[in-house]
Amino acid sequence: MNVGLPHFLTISAVLFSLGLFAVMSRRNAVGILMGVELMLNAANINFVAFSRYVEHSINGQMMAAFVIVLAAAEAAVALAIVLAMYRNFGTVHADTVQSLKR
Amino acid sequence: MTGDLIFILLALLTVVPAIWVVFSPNIVHAGFALLFTLLGAAGLYAYLGADFIAITQLMVYVGGVLVLVLFTVMMTRIPHGEKRKGGLDRYVPAAVFAALVFAVLYKVITAVEWNGTFMAPEATVAEIGANLMTNYIFPFEYVSLVLLAAMIGAAILIRESKTRDDHAEDEAAETTENAEVQS
Repeated sequence: MNVGLPHFLTISAVLFSLGLFAVMSRRNAVGILMGVELMLNAANINFVAFSRYVEHSINGQMMAAFVIVLAAAEAAVALAIVLAMYRNFGTVHADTVQSLKR
Repeated sequence: MTGDLIFILLALLTVVPAIWVVFSPNIVHAGFALLFTLLGAAGLYAYLGADFIAITQLMVYVGGVLVLVLFTVMMTRIPHGEKRKGGLDRYVPAAVFAALVFAVLYKVITAVEWNGTFMAPEATVAEIGANLMTNYIFPFEYVSLVLLAAMIGAAILIRESKTRDDHAEDEAAETTENAEVQS
């Protein structure tokens, strides 16, 4: 077996599908966030793999770095929202909360 | 080939805990499985010769995001755990849609003739640093602004927010206290 671009793309596709499934099926808002993190990581693996195999430049890695930064920002805001939700409604289940205010 | 073996191990380290992240009914277990997935992804970046991205992944994701996630899980623990209510009507559409997306992606991956060649890895930190200060100076500043805004927003969201009634009660209490002090 010669490890090539398709192997990385397949791993990335598996991660993306799993993340999508988590986002669609989990009730816990933190679980949904974990699914989003999986999807972002899948995209990142694609960026780095293409930058190494096809582009032969640093641009893909730059994009991956920006994705990591934005994922950190997204996680901070999303977890703040989850905590506010827990304080206001006493639950973290995304399907029981239907408004942003009490 | 040791290289192939390392790749297979890294792939398993990434994908198997990801399955656990998705299917574990216990959200704490899912959080700890996410740790291994992120470590495996960092290993894949290192395998691809992206040393800076691998280190950033370790520091930001494993050191930052994952700690945040676990803190949130522990602060919002529901005493009787996550009950699996509803069941199939939630899982079937999600499974079908995810499988469809995977089928399309896999079809594309196998159908396209990828003729890329592996570029010999070299140290990327200096190049990334130079790029951040030249070609990517605007996205760099912009993303720092986004990060600052997100942090301020998170701090405001997380703050113990008082409703208007509470404010009114507080003010009333303060005025009565002041009155008592004065009298």
